[in-house]
Amino acid sequence: MTAYIIRRLIYAIPILIGVNLITFVLFFVVNAPDDMARMHLGEKRVTEEAIQTWKQEHGYDRPLLYNPDASGLGRFTETIFFEKSIRLFVFDFGSSDNGRDIGYDISQRMWPSLAIAIPVLLVGLSFNISYALFIVFFRATYVDIGSVVLLVAMMSISGLFYIIGGQFLLGKLFHLVPISGYDTGVEAWKFLILPVIVGVIGGIGAGTRWYRTLFLEEISKDYVRTARAKGLSERRVLFRHVLQNALIPILTGVVVVLPLLFMGSLISESFFGIPGLGSYTIDAINSQDFAIVRSMVFLGAVLYIVGLILTDISYTLVDPRVRLQP
Amino acid sequence: MSLMPVVLWTDGLVFLLLALIGAFVLYASRHEHMRAPWRRVVRSRVGVATIVVLGFYVVVGLLDTVHFRLALDRQGDDSAETRYSPEVLSLLDLALSGLRERQEKTYSAPFATHLFVKEAIEQPDGTLLRDYPRLEYGGAHLEDPARQRGFDIAWRAAWGALQGLVIWALLTAGILWLIARSRGETPAATRATVLAGRTRIPWRTALATLGIMLVLSAVAGELALKYHILGTDKVGEDVFYQTLKSIRTGLLIGTLTTLVMLPAAVLLGIMAGYFRGWVDDVIQYLYTTLNSIPGVLLIAAAILLLQVYMSNNADDFASLVERADLRLLFLVLILGVTSWTGLCRLLRGEALKLREVDYVQASTALGVGHFTLIGRHILPNVMHIVLITLVLDFSGLVLAEAVLSYINIGVDPTMNSWGNMINSARLELARDPVVWWSLTAAFVFMFALVLAANLFADVVRDAFDPRLKGAR
Repeated sequence: MTAYIIRRLIYAIPILIGVNLITFVLFFVVNAPDDMARMHLGEKRVTEEAIQTWKQEHGYDRPLLYNPDASGLGRFTETIFFEKSIRLFVFDFGSSDNGRDIGYDISQRMWPSLAIAIPVLLVGLSFNISYALFIVFFRATYVDIGSVVLLVAMMSISGLFYIIGGQFLLGKLFHLVPISGYDTGVEAWKFLILPVIVGVIGGIGAGTRWYRTLFLEEISKDYVRTARAKGLSERRVLFRHVLQNALIPILTGVVVVLPLLFMGSLISESFFGIPGLGSYTIDAINSQDFAIVRSMVFLGAVLYIVGLILTDISYTLVDPRVRLQP
Repeated sequence: MSLMPVVLWTDGLVFLLLALIGAFVLYASRHEHMRAPWRRVVRSRVGVATIVVLGFYVVVGLLDTVHFRLALDRQGDDSAETRYSPEVLSLLDLALSGLRERQEKTYSAPFATHLFVKEAIEQPDGTLLRDYPRLEYGGAHLEDPARQRGFDIAWRAAWGALQGLVIWALLTAGILWLIARSRGETPAATRATVLAGRTRIPWRTALATLGIMLVLSAVAGELALKYHILGTDKVGEDVFYQTLKSIRTGLLIGTLTTLVMLPAAVLLGIMAGYFRGWVDDVIQYLYTTLNSIPGVLLIAAAILLLQVYMSNNADDFASLVERADLRLLFLVLILGVTSWTGLCRLLRGEALKLREVDYVQASTALGVGHFTLIGRHILPNVMHIVLITLVLDFSGLVLAEAVLSYINIGVDPTMNSWGNMINSARLELARDPVVWWSLTAAFVFMFALVLAANLFADVVRDAFDPRLKGAR
């Protein structure tokens, strides 16, 4: 097990280097540092001197990938790629264009993101599983057909609509909750309740439909027939046997997304004005702050890989038939 | 009237897509194993109903894809060569030129005869009065709007519905006659079977859906002649026109994205599964790397760069339309880059299984070359996966467009799209009284398309992959 995890972590290194190369090519080769300097100093009529100073201040005055002037290893380390990208591997994110420490910002903004993402995940999961079980219990009746139609319709509604509709109904019409904003400490719950509700409702369509499929697949298996043949009640079959076995794919599906919860939700955070990582990224995109975007891409990639490893581990924990090759 | 055809980049891709679909239809019609699932699709009631609805969207989208520039009026001398207007129009623009040109000053509600905001109006006696001025075009033919409007709308709607019914009746008669001829019965007998719903292809459902859609379009078309049926937006543009124009953007993103990612996904996926070894390793590395970059951020980064590039090279683009079109193309490409990995992984798994199958082993033993083998045995056997992915991805991509445009990394802000409509409507909800029509129009049209696409995708999946039948 330990050997497996270590091997997977070593495998992750070339992938992360690849991710960095792609973002590097996107940001520096297509959009040269000169252009960046010009953009930040204000479009047209910028003196060559000002550009050079800006580049020096922000550490862009080096060759991109290979430095022929340096000696030894310095040929590779004294370059923009090494300075800006490889440092990310030790989670040294550097500072953003307006001089703030990105690492500090991320550690601060992580909490509001989690405060939304975790309740959405938990409430959504329990609701979707219960609803799917309910549908499967009444399968092939009008309850089933009606629910499937409802779920497909809910899936077809844009997520933006749930947000806008929720803000309008609960926030503006009934004045139950503030439309957007955030507060520190316990007072934050007022601001969190609407994003959580919207997040849960937005996920019902696809989530419940998927769980229903899983349950139906499970219910047609031999052991279920055996259980019924033994004379077990339908309720007992469903809750003791089917639910337990269907939980395996559900759990592993959840484990994949667990690490990505840190990244927050881009859309709902910017809509509700919550100072999490999602709105951090959106703001960076809009103000064209590449240092932040680059850090977030790297962080996202790391979390994705962690998610994959966790999935494999969780398989071995819940299903003893799965063995990891060391 | 002479005109100069303009083929934008995305238009070209649409024509390519149409050609491919045509080739696929030809191929499928000659192979029973491809024909059978399609027969199952058209024999399902949900299948035919959604085909009709999607057909309406596709027709609007295609009309909006044929672009050209109109010739300008020659002034006096005939010797000069014809000059063309710089404005790129489409067939749809021409058909809706009434809607396009009837611009009001600013917001007006659906079916309104007066502007939504008060203005200072000069009275005949010289005094100024702050009131809602009459619209320039919406309901301008009414003398006393307060009294006449309700009756006028009802009358026009009825007249439009009648037109729609007549068109529908003619079409239905034609279709029934064709069915009767192919079945070799009298038309009366055919009508009875269709009405009772006893045909194998559910014609009753298909014709009923067609009827509903035709009547709705005709009513909307008739009313749109005199009113802004979905109101006008901030600069007074007709919202109905904007929504119809947005259809092309939505369809394009849904279909072209899959088209551009298809070659890479199919080729790499099959190669990884078939050759295994180092080829597999390289390809797996490639898609794991791409997959681990958060999709939205990759798109954001790419669009950001395009913006910078475009503002640095502003002279390279002849017109706003071309610029917007190039951005759409770029968005489609980058969406393709983020979405090919899923299909690639599926195909790899399938190819891994297929290469161990007896007939593939036999061909290998007989010395059939790798690429002949892939073309003859592997590719036809993964086609259904490709097709299912294609239709399943469509609705997700249409929804994604709205979200991306909302955070300003989608299509060009000058381009008509549902995302842009929602984006510009977000401030309108904060107004009092609320400006709700732009948002509602975008959502209703988008919802109808995505719902039809989702239902159609389910039917197609069940037909091509019977194992999943019932597990919807």
